[in-house]
Amino acid sequence: MNEQLTKNFYPGHATCAGCGIPAIVRHVLDEADDSVVVINATGCLEVTSTLYPYTAWKVPYIHNAFENAGATASGVETAYRILKKKKKIDKDIKFVIFAGDGGTYDIGLQSLSGMLERGHKVLYVNYDNEGYMNTGGQRSGATPYGANMTTTPASETDIGNKTFRKDLMEIVKGHHLEYLAQANVAYIEDLRKKTKKAFQALEKGPAFLLVLQPCTNVWKFPTSDYVKVGKLATETNFWPLYEIEKDNYKINLKIENPKPIEEYLKTQRRFKHLLRPENQEVVNYIQENINQRWNKLLKKAECQF
Amino acid sequence: MKRALTGGAAMAEALRQINPDVMPVYPITPQTPIIETFAKFKASQKVDTEIITVESEHSAISACVGSSASGARTITATSSQGLALMNEILYIASGMHLPILMLVSARALSAPINIHGDHSDMMGARDTGWIQIFSENVQEAYDNTLIGLKLAEKTSLPVMVAMDGFITSHSVEVLETIKDEIVKKFIGDYKPKQSLLNLDNPVSYGPVGLPDSYFEFKLKQVKAVKNVFQEAEKIYFDFKEMSDRKYNYIETYKIRDAEKAIIAMGSVAGTIKDVVDNLRQKGEKVGLVKIEMFRPFPYKKIANVLSGVKKIAVLDRSLGLTSLPPLYGDILNAFYREKLNNSIKSYVYGLGGRDIYRKQIEEIFEKMDQEIFFKKEVEYIQ
Repeated sequence: MNEQLTKNFYPGHATCAGCGIPAIVRHVLDEADDSVVVINATGCLEVTSTLYPYTAWKVPYIHNAFENAGATASGVETAYRILKKKKKIDKDIKFVIFAGDGGTYDIGLQSLSGMLERGHKVLYVNYDNEGYMNTGGQRSGATPYGANMTTTPASETDIGNKTFRKDLMEIVKGHHLEYLAQANVAYIEDLRKKTKKAFQALEKGPAFLLVLQPCTNVWKFPTSDYVKVGKLATETNFWPLYEIEKDNYKINLKIENPKPIEEYLKTQRRFKHLLRPENQEVVNYIQENINQRWNKLLKKAECQF
Repeated sequence: MKRALTGGAAMAEALRQINPDVMPVYPITPQTPIIETFAKFKASQKVDTEIITVESEHSAISACVGSSASGARTITATSSQGLALMNEILYIASGMHLPILMLVSARALSAPINIHGDHSDMMGARDTGWIQIFSENVQEAYDNTLIGLKLAEKTSLPVMVAMDGFITSHSVEVLETIKDEIVKKFIGDYKPKQSLLNLDNPVSYGPVGLPDSYFEFKLKQVKAVKNVFQEAEKIYFDFKEMSDRKYNYIETYKIRDAEKAIIAMGSVAGTIKDVVDNLRQKGEKVGLVKIEMFRPFPYKKIANVLSGVKKIAVLDRSLGLTSLPPLYGDILNAFYREKLNNSIKSYVYGLGGRDIYRKQIEEIFEKMDQEIFFKKEVEYIQ
């Protein structure tokens, strides 16, 4: 074990074999120059890291409920400010939220919005595994089109989830953030660079990172393919790496020849049904959507404010 | 000092004197005068509290949990739908033993929507592990704010202090306020037992408790609650020393030789006292027991003070829609546990802010003399 990386989040937690959430947590926390306090929404990370009487957290940590990480962090960060002003605390502290997509796109969206709008100096990290994996793989607002999920099962006559992922980056951007970025755990160096920038942006207000987290259990691929699946998400332009700094978009990795989406879909059993000949139109539809979104992103990146 | 204030302004005045660290707030009628008055204190630098204007009551109480766990003196206020929306997090606040103070301008619950005073919202939160204190008038709303904060911090349990929406929150009454420096001494500096922000001793708050530990966590709460009456008595004693005003978790009014009594909570107690005084002048042996602290419920004390009273009417300002009216049900339990067999009857009154008049209370005492009175268990004063 890398001692530097495990100093804040210990080994011995109960995440699934091949889960990338601990890697996200460790690399994000490792970029903080100051002490860190973690706020966690209910979800995979929370249930696997704090099984009483054990905890994997070596930094102060609070879990309140599912939908209120933003509000809880607002309270923590505000308490810190006033206690520092009253000289009851002297150290500098950075505040980091870790929450899944259910706790962010869906049930926690209002709480996130409130925290961002009020300008609390908190880094919000959404590990996005595209569904409610902790409860067995139900669809969320982050679930991709055509995914076979337990609440949108695919069948002979059904393609599964019939909505495209909510554009959370655009929703968050609407809160006038200094810095937000879309990252992918398969590109650790990129994630770390973005985390560093995000921590720096906390001087002015909140920052946000949306990090793709391939879930071996529900996406259904061998754990050995973890990095490969993650990379394919970006290599197909399904999950572009980009950042928005003071409203300016910057694409961090432009893929010369993006691979067709089939390359990504065929690595995961949640999309297996889409590869049947009768579902070719669905695959085309997904490809079209990816192309459109990518072209829009290119256009956005051309504008500078 | 004598002042003329509404209940909302009186609670805000107590908050000014407390000068809490953090107040997450969200507007709802009839609570809003508390936070609006307080915001003016902040704007004119009479307090240095950090006010968080959150986007819902759910976030208000969630931010309270974060702030209180971080070792800050934390207060919020709400009513009705707001308190109902907080429900999930109320259990988490008490489960984490966080001394949050919440001021409640008690109001009816939808449907149909109604902004006026009754106790439905408080009853919906009665088994969330919070201490609940009801205030009769503006003076008590002010006093209980100070008492409630101290009780929360002494017991490490969250406290709700309620006044009746509009009836008390918006009525101007004369009250006696206490000097700032004396209040400051009474509540003292807040020294949390532990804090999330203590970097030298990192603690994980809100862990997973599986079947091998969950039960013990909950029993720790039960143990903490058992401590409440004892701590409350000490605080009531100190409060009397400071203000010359005597409180207890129940107030008895002319009950010693009473043959007939009413049990009630909140503003109606003032009207009942007036009726009791009049009937006493006519030679009738009547009295009142007012519940000041509804949670934890003072079963034993109530049964003891009323054991010799033959006929009792319990007044609820909320319904038990699918059970008995809540206060009445608790009173029955109190008497059953002491193996008492007094005649007890339930009245529900004042829902959605409907007024109750002296005449209606006089009638209750009158009817107690008729044998048929206790035949019907629950009656509604419409």
